[in-house]
Amino acid sequence: MRARVAYGGALHMATPAGHAGEARLRLADGRELAEDQVIWLPPFEVGTVIALGLNYADHAKELAFNSQEEPLVFLKGPGTLLGHRGATRRPTDAAFMHYECELAVIIGRRARRVARAQALRHVAGYCIANDYAVRDYLENWYRPNMRAKNRDGATVLGPWCVDAGDVADPANLELRTFVNGRLTQRGNTRDLIFDIPYLIEYLSSFMTLAAGDVILTGTPQGVGNVMPGDEVVCEIDGLGRLVNTIAGDAAFGRRGDDKSCESNI
Amino acid sequence: MSIALFKIPMDVAPFGLSGTVYGTLLNHRTAMAALEARMRLPPYNAPPRAPVLYLKPRNTLAAGGDTVEVPAPDADIAAELEAAACLGVVIGRTACHVSEAAALDHVAGFLLVNDVSIPHPDYYRPSVRYKARDGFCPLGPRVTARALVANPDALVIRTFVDGTLVQTMSTADLIRPVARLLADVTEFMTLAPGDVLATGAAAPAPRVRAGQTVAIEADTLGRLMNCFTGAA
Repeated sequence: MRARVAYGGALHMATPAGHAGEARLRLADGRELAEDQVIWLPPFEVGTVIALGLNYADHAKELAFNSQEEPLVFLKGPGTLLGHRGATRRPTDAAFMHYECELAVIIGRRARRVARAQALRHVAGYCIANDYAVRDYLENWYRPNMRAKNRDGATVLGPWCVDAGDVADPANLELRTFVNGRLTQRGNTRDLIFDIPYLIEYLSSFMTLAAGDVILTGTPQGVGNVMPGDEVVCEIDGLGRLVNTIAGDAAFGRRGDDKSCESNI
Repeated sequence: MSIALFKIPMDVAPFGLSGTVYGTLLNHRTAMAALEARMRLPPYNAPPRAPVLYLKPRNTLAAGGDTVEVPAPDADIAAELEAAACLGVVIGRTACHVSEAAALDHVAGFLLVNDVSIPHPDYYRPSVRYKARDGFCPLGPRVTARALVANPDALVIRTFVDGTLVQTMSTADLIRPVARLLADVTEFMTLAPGDVLATGAAAPAPRVRAGQTVAIEADTLGRLMNCFTGAA
């Protein structure tokens, strides 16, 4: 279990410290700190971000989609990444922006045409992802389109990268989201439509995965709107709790003119 | 970091590509016209309002001279690939929410992009399996500094297959010209130094089979050449 944090003018590797229930961490150089003393970054050097849509039957039903023959895969760029305890902007003009608690699978070893039976050997570890979407901006072109899903700071990863060997069964982990302390989303990775070995086999059949690539495996039912000031906490059994706060346009020096990029063609 | 990136010279800041390459769907008049009749029908129901982007991830990146592997055809994979020539804009300065007027100040230079895809029937879902295969994004041959390109919105890009001219397209026909596209994209996502934004391909894209060579060229940008071979 390790994190990447910024502290005292440098980037550090950190591990949990203190007793259960205490949010403390220890830097590799021995310094012990409280979690609010550091800036948390995504817990590994992130390569290609591969995300899954509609990969829990209950969530697909929630969004009125039928079952699929093939995983719904989309990609995300580096600008969308954010660490633990960061703030994500909610555009003023949006009516529906929601969190998505997901299990993130971190690739540790090059994977090219890997069979299902060998797939988990290519996994370095796991972390929590909160993959926000602004549904107002969904369009039916390469849906979910980047304006809805690849926004700055809208893909939160962390707080820890947990070694694969420390996760007994990635196919049986409960996911929970709390908004301002209230449980709003709950699911279990045993309900994934396309499970982790299948996803690695499928993806590596056409693209070579490299160490640092990450697969966000999709979210269960229970997504809900969030507003500036809301604290959104995503938890997964054994992986910790990933905290994010929603911020308004003003905090980012925006005037809420997000529709300016639209044009009628 | 893809090794291919080290083979693409860039003599202006930031002196190297970041490895992040975005493409833009439906930003050339011919591409829009080709879909015009279907745009208001399901599953699309409406023409796009904001720029429609896709990512060419690091496994796709290649340089001039690299070989592009044509996958073995099957029920879903045609024997021919699309080789779509695009103008690539290379970001020089972090571009977040830039205005159209200031957009070009954030550009380091330009290069050619050969956006390779397996032909696919529709654009409703992200076409990762068709567009993100290893080696499917040759770039280059170099980054030409912005100062050397008189007008990025009037570049003629020619595509040759085995030496035969198969497509001539102009960036004058982009629906969102370079500055407008940068403004509209950076409204919702920041582009970093060294990122590439491919500005859109013309339709129909030239088709290429294993054994053929594709050359894409434009005045001042040079010539990007890649051989296509069958699956190993």
